[in-house]
Amino acid sequence: MEKKRTSPLAFIDRLPNPGLFRMGALITLAVVLLVVVGLVWMPYEPTAMSPDRMQGISAAHLLGTDKMGRDILSRVMYGSRVTLMVALGTMAIGAGLGVLIGAFAGFYGGVLDEIVMRVMDGLFAFPNVLLALVFVSIFGSSTTHVMWALGIAFIPSFTRVVRSEYVRIKHLDYVKNARLQGASNARVIFVHMLPNVRGVLLSNLMIGFNNAVLAEAGLSFLGIGSQPPFASLGQMISEAQEIFFTVPSAVLGPGIVIVLMVLGFSLMGEGLRPATKGLD
Amino acid sequence: MRYVLKKTATTLITLAVVSLLLFVAFSLISGDPATRMLGTGATPERLEALREELGLNEALPIRYVKWLVSFVQGDPGISYVYKQPVASLLSAKVPVTLSLTIMSFVLVCTIGFPLGIYTGKYAGSALDRAVMVLNQVIMAVPPFFSGILISWVFGMVLHLFAPGGYVSYTASIPGFLGYLIFPAIAIALPRAAQLAKLLRGTILEEAGKNYTRTAYSRGNDTNGVLFGHIIKNALLPVLTFLGMCFSNMLAGSLVVERVFNIPGISNTLLASIGNRDYPVVLAAVMWIAVFIIVTNLIVDILYMVLDPRIDGE
Amino acid sequence: MAAAMTTAPLGEPILEIRDLHLEFHDHDRPEVAVADFDLTLHRGEIVGIVGESGSGKSMTAHAIAGLLSRHALERSGQILFDGHDLLHCDRSTLRHYQGDEISIIFQEPMTSLDPLQRIGMQVEEALRIHHKELSAGERRAAALSAMDAVGLPDPQQVYGMFPHELSGGMRQRVMIAAATISKPQILIADEPTTALDVTIQAQIIALLRKINAEDGTAIIFISHDLSLVRQLCHRVVVMRQGEIVETGTADEVFENPQHSYTRMLIDAIPKVVL
Repeated sequence: MEKKRTSPLAFIDRLPNPGLFRMGALITLAVVLLVVVGLVWMPYEPTAMSPDRMQGISAAHLLGTDKMGRDILSRVMYGSRVTLMVALGTMAIGAGLGVLIGAFAGFYGGVLDEIVMRVMDGLFAFPNVLLALVFVSIFGSSTTHVMWALGIAFIPSFTRVVRSEYVRIKHLDYVKNARLQGASNARVIFVHMLPNVRGVLLSNLMIGFNNAVLAEAGLSFLGIGSQPPFASLGQMISEAQEIFFTVPSAVLGPGIVIVLMVLGFSLMGEGLRPATKGLD
Repeated sequence: MRYVLKKTATTLITLAVVSLLLFVAFSLISGDPATRMLGTGATPERLEALREELGLNEALPIRYVKWLVSFVQGDPGISYVYKQPVASLLSAKVPVTLSLTIMSFVLVCTIGFPLGIYTGKYAGSALDRAVMVLNQVIMAVPPFFSGILISWVFGMVLHLFAPGGYVSYTASIPGFLGYLIFPAIAIALPRAAQLAKLLRGTILEEAGKNYTRTAYSRGNDTNGVLFGHIIKNALLPVLTFLGMCFSNMLAGSLVVERVFNIPGISNTLLASIGNRDYPVVLAAVMWIAVFIIVTNLIVDILYMVLDPRIDGE
Repeated sequence: MAAAMTTAPLGEPILEIRDLHLEFHDHDRPEVAVADFDLTLHRGEIVGIVGESGSGKSMTAHAIAGLLSRHALERSGQILFDGHDLLHCDRSTLRHYQGDEISIIFQEPMTSLDPLQRIGMQVEEALRIHHKELSAGERRAAALSAMDAVGLPDPQQVYGMFPHELSGGMRQRVMIAAATISKPQILIADEPTTALDVTIQAQIIALLRKINAEDGTAIIFISHDLSLVRQLCHRVVVMRQGEIVETGTADEVFENPQHSYTRMLIDAIPKVVL
């Protein structure tokens, strides 16, 4: 009998909305490609100035040049890398610490849980951009500090879902069984219970990533984080605002990359949601 | 009433904790303010005199209490850089930022609510699907980017306003509001899309509940079920979002003020962060914190008003 | 005891169901929920529809109450009431009868009331919709008397309360008051006592019997509990996997079941209750 070969992408067709998911995946792929290509090759050195200032789109400069004659495409490639790195780092910090704190708070409960969750509520109420502003004004402005600041700002969103999941499952039979069989608390928390939070974690990561991209872009627009002459998307837009009419691509280039970076993930997320019918 | 008192008490405690944390954090990093204000060339006598004048020789807890008392009285200290009271630096700017935030909030509600209700009612229709995709796109556009596009379309192409031609509220209130409407749109658009999406979701969730079936069984038409029963229930989860939305848009105004050259607190705050002018940063952040915490209190009270199940607890 | 109830005072037919057929299409394979269902309901009659879960009895009840989802459902046959086919008529015709001539109460008293609306407003709702000629005061008076009739203590006070302040049994009484406020011809009771404990169950059954006796309201009583059906109903329809396997007067069905499935159901009743 011939072995039936299924494409590894076949799962897409079984999704509630494969069209949206595909569109999102393509957009994300394009952005990742831009970043990956930028790692090995960029048309110009992104910080290299040249006398060809404020040029429009041409074969030599696909997105034109900025006020200092730097190639916009190269700067977009570099800036996307920074934004992507900060967003991924933010998620690693936020999810890592958030899962840890949420798991312990949910597992042990009691006063510890109460205090931790009140702190998380307080942290959650503050806009992440504002927390990052406080953080960098205390520790100084750098890409790493922005990443840590945003990472900490994202902790509560993970802590909340992980904690409630742990509270829910800690009384289930299989967890009780594991404890009866003498598994240590640490083993129960990480080996037996942790796999259960994958679902909620994934959707939180997708939303969190998008918020991190937007927050980083906003902060770098304010001049916080990556410092000149190194490019970041928000800062490029900020610098190019006054030359928008001369070189529209100086604003549109980095702007559209930010939009695509966020849109790709959110369309993929939408593709996973079941279709709903209305009242009428 | 007990609920309100309890929530107010929690709010005051939160404010105290937040102010203490902020004050300690900024005090520990700020080094010696006297040296910063007078420069390194100043004589030890003058430095000591200034320290005495600023109350820096006292213990941290006493300084905190004194700062808190004067903050509450509207005098949160003296700027290191400008050497003038922080209050006079910020007082003219806070109303501008606040107006922009409130205006954006009103826009979020006027766009988000009808759109959310419509797409909830007609979920699955062609228009709903189109709005849903459009929502995803709008949510992906950061306000500073859409702000630039808006000033280009409405300012340069349609000539509906003069980008950069900010009108002060002291000069003309209509002119002031007319200028703010465009940045407010930039701030409001993604939040309005979020609100519409959230409300659509909560409406559909409520539509699946048993009391909705009961409402239909009594002969209600769709609007009767929707506006007589579902909406109120669907609004409860939205309240929390609106509260957070308000605070987030305050942070959003900091960014958009730059795009539209609006003299709110953004420039002063960012310059002060750059200059390490801590009294100004501390005061601005503290004001925003008060604003956010009070917003949360209002949301809690609204919950009590709307949901009989949270009564007297 | 039970036998006394089974002599049906047969009035003229008010509802006629012919060849009712309901089929779902929201999964890969079409699922038949109800097939070839026929039933004639007479004025003042109590008919029990019994069967296990998944037998299609609740689906039939929802079809009569006009509560079938309009999506992914194929329907054929007729539900004739007052000269209209409720299965295929337009929605405004259907709404005209819903809550006024045909009412329904549900299995889940805890969740069937709007949690944010005061009890009085919910009891009066059918009057607000169908009898706009009534003043607010008249509606209130009608609600108070309907609440009194279903045995709610202190209707004046309960009128201004919210659902979460009432027990499950009280909420089911509120549901019944709301369903009967405009004296409907037909009351559909879809497992109304399943979620309640036994003493409350008996009270609700007694209440349904009283409504039937005093107002002549015909009742379609859906249940998986044969002992309740025997206590209350004049006639019984036994359903299995969407089809009627047996039908007859309560006496006939319980004393002399023709179908092995019916016998099985009857044997499953704890003997003490019989």
